[in-house]
Amino acid sequence: MLEVKGVTKSYGPLVAVNDVSFRVDDGETIGLLGPNGAGKTTTVSIIAGLLSSDSGEVLIEGKQVKSDTDPVKLKIGLVPQDMALYDQLTARDNLIFFAALYSLAGAKAKQAIDDVLNLVELSDRAGHKVGTFSGGMKRRLNLAAALLHDPQILLLDEPTVGVDPQSRNAIFENLEALKKRGKTLIYTTHYMEEAERLCDRIVIIDHGKVIANDTLQALHQLLPVTNIIAVELDLADGFKPEQMLTLPGVKSAELKQSTLRVGVHDLSRDAPGVLRWLAENGHSFHHVSSEQPDLETVFLTLTGRSLRDS
Amino acid sequence: MIPFLALVRKDLLLFFGDRKAVVVGILVPIVLASFFGYLFGGQKGNAEMSKVPLLVVDQDGSDISRGLITQLANEKNLSVKPSTLDAAREAVRKGQATAAIVIPKDFGRDAGRALFTAASKPKLDVLYDPSHNVELGMVKGILAGAVMQTVSKEMFSGSSGREMVNDGLAYVESDSQLPSEDRKALRDLLGGVKELNERQDAQRAGAGASRQAEATGGLTMPYETREEAITSGQNVEYNGYAHAFAGMGVQFILFMGLDVGIALLTLRQTGLWQRLRAAPLSRTMLLGSRTVSASLMAGFILAVLFSFARVVFGVRILGSFAGFVGVCAAFSLMTAAFGLMVAALGETPEATRGYSIMATLFMVMLGGAWVPTFIFPAWLQKLTVVIPTRWAMDGLDSMTWRGLGFSSALMPIVILLFFALLFGGVAVTRFRWRVDG
Repeated sequence: MLEVKGVTKSYGPLVAVNDVSFRVDDGETIGLLGPNGAGKTTTVSIIAGLLSSDSGEVLIEGKQVKSDTDPVKLKIGLVPQDMALYDQLTARDNLIFFAALYSLAGAKAKQAIDDVLNLVELSDRAGHKVGTFSGGMKRRLNLAAALLHDPQILLLDEPTVGVDPQSRNAIFENLEALKKRGKTLIYTTHYMEEAERLCDRIVIIDHGKVIANDTLQALHQLLPVTNIIAVELDLADGFKPEQMLTLPGVKSAELKQSTLRVGVHDLSRDAPGVLRWLAENGHSFHHVSSEQPDLETVFLTLTGRSLRDS
Repeated sequence: MIPFLALVRKDLLLFFGDRKAVVVGILVPIVLASFFGYLFGGQKGNAEMSKVPLLVVDQDGSDISRGLITQLANEKNLSVKPSTLDAAREAVRKGQATAAIVIPKDFGRDAGRALFTAASKPKLDVLYDPSHNVELGMVKGILAGAVMQTVSKEMFSGSSGREMVNDGLAYVESDSQLPSEDRKALRDLLGGVKELNERQDAQRAGAGASRQAEATGGLTMPYETREEAITSGQNVEYNGYAHAFAGMGVQFILFMGLDVGIALLTLRQTGLWQRLRAAPLSRTMLLGSRTVSASLMAGFILAVLFSFARVVFGVRILGSFAGFVGVCAAFSLMTAAFGLMVAALGETPEATRGYSIMATLFMVMLGGAWVPTFIFPAWLQKLTVVIPTRWAMDGLDSMTWRGLGFSSALMPIVILLFFALLFGGVAVTRFRWRVDG
């Protein structure tokens, strides 16, 4: 179990992390979500012991990291945002080196290296220099290097930055496999879909402060609408969406070109009424679908700003 | 111990993995050391290189001027060639000759007169290249000796000298201004010379007397020098390559130490540093492993350089081998500590590179790695004792061509280790361990 209690970190007048607290249980995956510069990496760096906090504490299974060589550090594996590999060395030599940093050598190290190479599906490239790898392969090896000493807690600082969708998917499969093994994952990202796919719980950070900390389902409840009915109108000219706000269950309505988006709380209860009203008022349509609002919308609702524009 | 060895192994793998950099890093000092070694004396047999090119313009054509040219040509440090005035001036201007001596018309006659009387002295023009002041001094010294010897010889035994003695006697008798005491003294002197010449003529008439007459003719230097290069032993020639290879080795190893420091600063900006810091590694282990790996690299470079110098230029460790190894090891350690200090004091790699290169070049220059420190002014020689490279150079020179024993390596070793501790201490205390400093 990991606990972050009231951690604050400033750089001169800039408060990078402001009284951040959260807790991660064993086997849980949490997403630290926020725009660039929100304080995610600073928070991860403080947890990993790379940075000292001005106040507050980080407890790993109830213990603080007290020195550079504290055995508590063995419980943590860090996947830095920047690639942490030696391009001039082979994948295996890189892993031999990183294993040795945790005093793994000989048969034990070999086993650990074979296991992680197998997990990230790079066994056949073990003898190749990392400099010859694609970005996605490097990212996977970057992940593998953090797993060698079999840490219980894995800190993943935007581990998919700059990789193609296929490699991102491969990394996600690796992380899902680790999750199944009961590892605790702390995952920082500003990609909503990543957090939605992987995380049990989301901690949203903005301007160094935690503004939400809950399950995905609970965060959706914070929204005024939990479902959106998207209707493709045959003729949108002159249509006034605000008329629909009088309908039972309708919380929002907007028209963009010919797509009408109507927000409701209960899809099965409210959708028939919306479609019936359109038909009765002569607004024919040719396609209907429903959507759930994503974390982007949650962030927008909580901060009034778009996540990617922040 | 496993992490420590892994850190050292990784550094060595990275160093030797970049083969082009290793080859260039060794090739460049070898080329420069070979060049400087050749310039500064090199091996036995290339003394020809040090001869000063000198042109002589003979406008006199007398026995004395010809004798003077012969005398100069016999000097081992000069390469004398005849020339005309215009050609000589042009050659000196172009740097093709270090100096040119112009022997004016009637120089022989006037110089002879000036030797015994108050007659005005003839002037020898010396045209010289102002960038060769040191050689000019040497040329003037040689010229003074040669003129004295040639003129006096001619005056005492040469045909023109006899005429001049007669002229001189006539001049002494006819000069009414001359005080009577001076006239008497000069009359006795010149009369004695005339008498001596007549006696030698009589002796020359006898068979085999010429050598004796030759031996007694003219003024000569009242001493001769016997030169002996004091090296490690008798019949052991000085090898200029030993100093040059030590100097270039010291310079390039210092630059390697600098690279170690800059690389550490660069590392701090990467994810690798975060990964290293996340591992249970102490500061001592991280910096200590860097020190060991950098020392091993420095030792490797020195070993390759001196092996090359041994095979190609015959540079030998004529002193204590243990002392040589000790100086190399202490210098390597000092260099590694210097690199770590650079990393500790530097802010960013870019900003640090400039001032640390300057500091390195100063250490190299003042340490005598480019030119030996004995060329420096006395005050500067005293000042350089605070430069660690000076002790490295002294130690390496002592153990190579000077052929001194281990005791002569002790002081350089101790002082280099002191600097290693000093630099290492600064590095450990000032090194910004955490990412936020």
